Amino acid sequence: MPEPILQVDNLVKRYGDVQAVRGVSFSVEEGEVFGLLGPNGAGKTTTVEILEGLRNPDGGYVRVCGFDPQVSSRELKHEIGASLQSTSLPDKLRVMEALRLFAGFYKRRRDPEDLLKRFGLEEKRNAYYSKLSGGQKQRLALAMALVNDPRVLFFDEPTAGLDPQVRREIYDIIEELRREKKTILMTTHYIEEAERLCDRVAIVDHGKVIALGSPRELKQRSGGNTRIEVKLAKPATNGTLRNLEGVVDAREVDGTYVLHTQRPPQAIVSLVKHLEAEGNELVSLEIATPSLEDVFIEMTGRRLRD
Amino acid sequence: MSNFASLTRMRIQLALRNKMFFFFSVIFPLGMFFLYAGIFAKGNPRVVSFFLGPVIALNVMGSFWGLSAMLVTFREQGILRRFHVTPVTAADMLASSILANYLLTLPTVLIELLFARVIFHVTNLGDLLSLFVLVTIGTVSFASLGLVVASVTNTMQETQVLNQLIWLPLIFLSGATLPIAYLPKVAQAVAVFLPATYLVTGLQGAMYSSLPVWKLLTQILALAIWTILTFFVATQLFRWEPESKIPRNAKLWVLATALPFFLLGVWENKNGQILTQAQAAYRSLDQPAKSDQPPKSDSMGNLPRSKKDSQPQQ
Repeated sequence: MPEPILQVDNLVKRYGDVQAVRGVSFSVEEGEVFGLLGPNGAGKTTTVEILEGLRNPDGGYVRVCGFDPQVSSRELKHEIGASLQSTSLPDKLRVMEALRLFAGFYKRRRDPEDLLKRFGLEEKRNAYYSKLSGGQKQRLALAMALVNDPRVLFFDEPTAGLDPQVRREIYDIIEELRREKKTILMTTHYIEEAERLCDRVAIVDHGKVIALGSPRELKQRSGGNTRIEVKLAKPATNGTLRNLEGVVDAREVDGTYVLHTQRPPQAIVSLVKHLEAEGNELVSLEIATPSLEDVFIEMTGRRLRD
Repeated sequence: MSNFASLTRMRIQLALRNKMFFFFSVIFPLGMFFLYAGIFAKGNPRVVSFFLGPVIALNVMGSFWGLSAMLVTFREQGILRRFHVTPVTAADMLASSILANYLLTLPTVLIELLFARVIFHVTNLGDLLSLFVLVTIGTVSFASLGLVVASVTNTMQETQVLNQLIWLPLIFLSGATLPIAYLPKVAQAVAVFLPATYLVTGLQGAMYSSLPVWKLLTQILALAIWTILTFFVATQLFRWEPESKIPRNAKLWVLATALPFFLLGVWENKNGQILTQAQAAYRSLDQPAKSDQPPKSDSMGNLPRSKKDSQPQQ
């Protein structure tokens, strides 16, 4: 079996007394889109920035394209492309100038004209960076990540802060890269993004990987159950919901009761009957098909959303 | 093109698109030029020639404002981070901003020389090689100082405060605005500890007294050593990330940059070559000139007074 293009073993990073990354391990094969999914502050960005050679780890083993980022960061940087979080370009730099400038830094490079076309920025070629919309800036960031035809791409929260329509544009771009068999490591706190774009996902929380697998595997691991979320007028007695007919599991998350079931109609009927008998009332009810959110709730008892 | 060259080009492009740049690098220096040449020197070619050195020194030293502000902005906005994921090095980043700054300073200096010649009829612009060497070393060294300032401050506000604290003594104690020989003795003793003094007296020596390079070795060597040291410290203290902290040993590094001029200042106070030269140049303004354009004596006599009157407006 070939060496994975990206390997992380027991990675540790501290900021003062805070342990941002506490023993993260995973590996990414060539041609794979791998996602780090987790809430803000889970340690995703820190992990990615160590792999990019921007930060030094406090412990663990890291190899990217065969290089140790701490030792050979210069060589490594020729092989990777990245779109970062909280970054920017000079206001008065034009789109085409930015692509040309950055392409010039690498031994191997792609034609900036092609990238301009591919990312739909032709009309903006002479626009100042400061005049671009959020979506255009992000498209430029992705185009710039590709100027050196990199072996591994790092996309850190590629759709954070974008409105839904622009977000879908970015999805299309990443899906196209996926079809081309580009190796991508991306981070996200959007479930939808991870499910739609990633071949495999590592769910990260408090600096640790708590689950790892393809989105389908992870969902199956959570039992493949449908989730029914209900709000009640009065709190339910502990454990009673779990014993209802058709309900596999029930727990309280932030004031909402989450029931897992494989037979939703039966679970709902028995829930309503139970509430009537208890003199309780249903305030709201939502049915959700299984998603990575369930995996996260199951593992942490919290929601992934902010 | 190398990374260094393409970054230099970017810096120049960005500067030329920036209105602030035009104000600080073109309008302000030329304004100072006309203030000194036209008003304080009253257009007298010999006095204009005397002030050319200080005026060009001001222009050259100004580089440290722009560079520190630029670098801090780049870091605060996360622009440096984007360069950090490319093969660009800290030295590429710093050296390109210094070179760009130098290439942008030269035209203004040339315009000042041209105006001195055409408008104020200064026929002898002094030793041009000395002038060129000093302008080069001066720009590079003060630009490096700006990069150190950017590295020991976290926000634009801090940078501007520190810039002010450095700038005021540099311009008022170095002879850049008031002739050094005209300053009180105590101020003169302090002046020889400042790098700016060596730039000002060097440029004045080159332009007014036509001193060749080998007679300005003290100034040139002192500034050259300081340049290497300051640039080295700038690379050591350089930070790509907005949130990364100032290195703990930063204060030691900064003190190290002050060392050459501390030692030189002690030596100069004992064996004072620089001050004697400057005083001689200043006194010579009152003596009848050998040149074909003798200065009018009354304008000479008025000179120090008119300088003094203008001081509060500075």
